Amino acid sequence: MKMSRREFGFAAIAVAGAMSAPSLMAAARPKVVIVGGGAGGATVARYLAQSAKGDIDITLIEPTRMYYTCFFSNLYLGGFRDLSSIGHSYGKLASDFGINVVHDWATAIDRDKKTVALASGGMVPYDRLVVAPGIDFKYDTVPGYGIGGANKMPHAWKAGSQTELLKAQINAMPQGGRFVMVAPPNPFRCPPGPYERVSMIAHVLKQKNPTAKIIVLDPKEKFSKQSLFQTGWSTHYDGMVEWLPASIVGKVTHIDTEAMEIRTETETFKADAANVIPGQTAGHIAMSAGLADNSGFCPIVSATMQSRMDENIYLVGDSTIAGDMPKSGFSANSQAKVAAMAVRASVSGSKLFPARFANTCWSLIAPNDGVKVGAKYEATPEKIAKTEGFISKVGEDAALRKRTYEESIGWYQGITADIFG
Amino acid sequence: MLRGWPGKRVMTKAAGFTPVVLMALQVFLADVPLASATQADAERGAELFKTCATCHQIGKGARHTVGPHLNGIFGRRAGTIDGARYSRDIVRAGQNGMHWNFDNLDAYLENPQNLVSGTRMQFRGIKNAADRADIIAYLRTFSDNPRDIPEAAPTAQTTPHDPAVDPRILAIQGDPEYGEYLAGECTTCHQQSGSDQGIPSIVGWPTDVFVTAMHAYRAKVREHPVMQMIAGPLNDEEIAALAAYFKKLDP
Repeated sequence: MKMSRREFGFAAIAVAGAMSAPSLMAAARPKVVIVGGGAGGATVARYLAQSAKGDIDITLIEPTRMYYTCFFSNLYLGGFRDLSSIGHSYGKLASDFGINVVHDWATAIDRDKKTVALASGGMVPYDRLVVAPGIDFKYDTVPGYGIGGANKMPHAWKAGSQTELLKAQINAMPQGGRFVMVAPPNPFRCPPGPYERVSMIAHVLKQKNPTAKIIVLDPKEKFSKQSLFQTGWSTHYDGMVEWLPASIVGKVTHIDTEAMEIRTETETFKADAANVIPGQTAGHIAMSAGLADNSGFCPIVSATMQSRMDENIYLVGDSTIAGDMPKSGFSANSQAKVAAMAVRASVSGSKLFPARFANTCWSLIAPNDGVKVGAKYEATPEKIAKTEGFISKVGEDAALRKRTYEESIGWYQGITADIFG
Repeated sequence: MLRGWPGKRVMTKAAGFTPVVLMALQVFLADVPLASATQADAERGAELFKTCATCHQIGKGARHTVGPHLNGIFGRRAGTIDGARYSRDIVRAGQNGMHWNFDNLDAYLENPQNLVSGTRMQFRGIKNAADRADIIAYLRTFSDNPRDIPEAAPTAQTTPHDPAVDPRILAIQGDPEYGEYLAGECTTCHQQSGSDQGIPSIVGWPTDVFVTAMHAYRAKVREHPVMQMIAGPLNDEEIAALAAYFKKLDP
C-alpha cells in the first residue's frame, strides 16, 4: 500500500515537472545561484553539478575563501584537532564540478527581477535561487553585548578567528579562574554544541588549570543530551562545571564586556574568560529578502525545501524552519540533497523523488567518550516530522564510547568530502 | 586507507574448497535425524558441530585454530578474545555492542554475512533452523552463563525468526538512478572514495552482501542505531537500488 501511494505521487509530480520545464530548457542553460557555501549551500552546489552534468549553470556566492566548519570546532578548543583540519577551500567545487565560485558578499535579492546584488557592485541573474546564509545573532537576547564586544567575549558560534580567540582566552586564564558561558535560547544552531564546548573547555582546564571553574548561564531549563553531558561532567570533571538555568539565577539582564561582568536578575558573575552565544535568526540576507516569518526563520515546503514566500527560491540549513529537524551540519547536508533534486526537477523536468531527511549529532565529552543522537524525518504537508530516533545511553561501556568517537571522526571526513568534493 | 569490498581477496582464495565444505555439510544433514522444532538437541548438535570443527575448537583445552575457540561464547562481546585472528568488521561489530546470544548466533550460523559483511568466516551457512538450534544448544553446554534450564538471556531461544533474505529479494534489479539519489543519505558518512577510516567502506560490494547487510539492519538483527534508523524506512526496491549504485562505484 505504502509503495503504490508513493509511486503514484511520484509519477504525478514527474509529469507536472516535465510539462513546466520546456520554457526554461528552450532558452540557454538554466541559471541556479546559491548564496552561502556552508554545509547546506555547498552541498546543493555539488549535488546539482553532479546530477546535472553540465546542463545547469551553477554559481556559488560565498565571501570566505576558506570555510571553517562549526561542527568539530569544539574539538579544536579541546585540543583534539588543529584549526587547519577544520578548514575547507572551494577549489574542488570549481575545478572538479565546474561550479562558478564567486568570493563576494551577496548584499540584496531582487525577487521581481530575479537578481542577486554583490558587495563589489556586480549583479547575478538567476532562474532559481538557493539561499543558505546560516544564522545571524539577535543581540537583544544578551543586553549590553554586540559586535563591538565580541573580541572581549567571543561568541565563536561561527567558526574561524572567533574560535581561535576563545581558545587563546581560555589558555590565558589565571590559575583557579572562572570561565562563564552564556548559552543561547531556542532555537539555535547545533543544540548539543554549547554543552560539548563546556566539556572540551573542562578537558583543557583539567590539565592546565585544574582549580578553575566553569559556569553556564542558561535561559533554558533543559538541553540536548542533558543526562549524558551532566553524567559525563561529574565523571570526568567532578565539581568543575556548574550549570545554572534561569530558574535558579534568573535571566541575563546585562553584559559588561569591558568589566568582564555578566549580571542576571539575582547575581553578578565576574569572568576571567567568557563565551556569549546570543539568540539567533536566519542570516541577514534571508531576512531582508522577506523570506523569514515572525519567528525570524524561513518557512519552507517540506517535500522540496522551496520557500513558502517565493516559488523560485529554495532554502536549506540553519536559516530554515525545518520542523522537527535540529539546526546542524548533518541536517543542512541532508536538506541540501532534497533541494538539489527538487531544483533540478523544476528547471530540467528530471524525476522528483520523495524527500528523505536524517540527522545524527556526535558529541565528545572527554577523550574517547563519544555520544550521539539521531533521527529520521519525513515530509508532511505541515512540517518535516520526526519518524524515529535514538540516543546514546548513560552507563554505556568504554569500548562503545570509544567506537562512537572513532565513528564521529569517520563521519567528519565523510561529510566534508560530501560537501566540498 | 582506501578499501573496497573487504571480503574480496579471501573469497577468491576460498573459492577452491567451498564446494567440498558444502558437500560435507549436506552429508551430515542427511545422516542426522531431525530434532523437534521446540526442543533443541545438544547431542545432535555435537554431531553437526563436526563441520564447524574444521576451524573451531571447543571443550577442555580448546585453542584458536583458523577461528577462535568457542568456549564461553554466550554473553561475550564479539571479536574480543586475545590471540584470535578477527576481521576488522567483527571487531567493530563488537565495539558497537554486539554480544553473542541465541538470536545473533542463529543469524550468524544461518549466513555469517547477515551480521558481519567482511567476516573471515567463509561458511555458506545452515538453512535448517532446527540444525542451527541444535548446534547452539551444543555450544551452550560450554558456556556457563547460564547453562541451566530455565534459560535466561543471553542463551534463551526467543521467538523463532528467519534472518535469511529471500532469494527473490536478492534477485531484484535495482534502479541505479534512484540509487544515486538515495545514496545521498549514505555518503554523509560513507565516503564515495572508499575510505574505511572510522566508518566502513560500502563501495564495490557484491549485491547480495550489500542487500543482506541492509536487510539485517532493517530487521534490527544488526545493532548499529544509525544504520537501523537509515535502513528502517527503505523498501526492498530501494535497498536493491542502493546496492546497484554502490556496486558500480570503483573503490
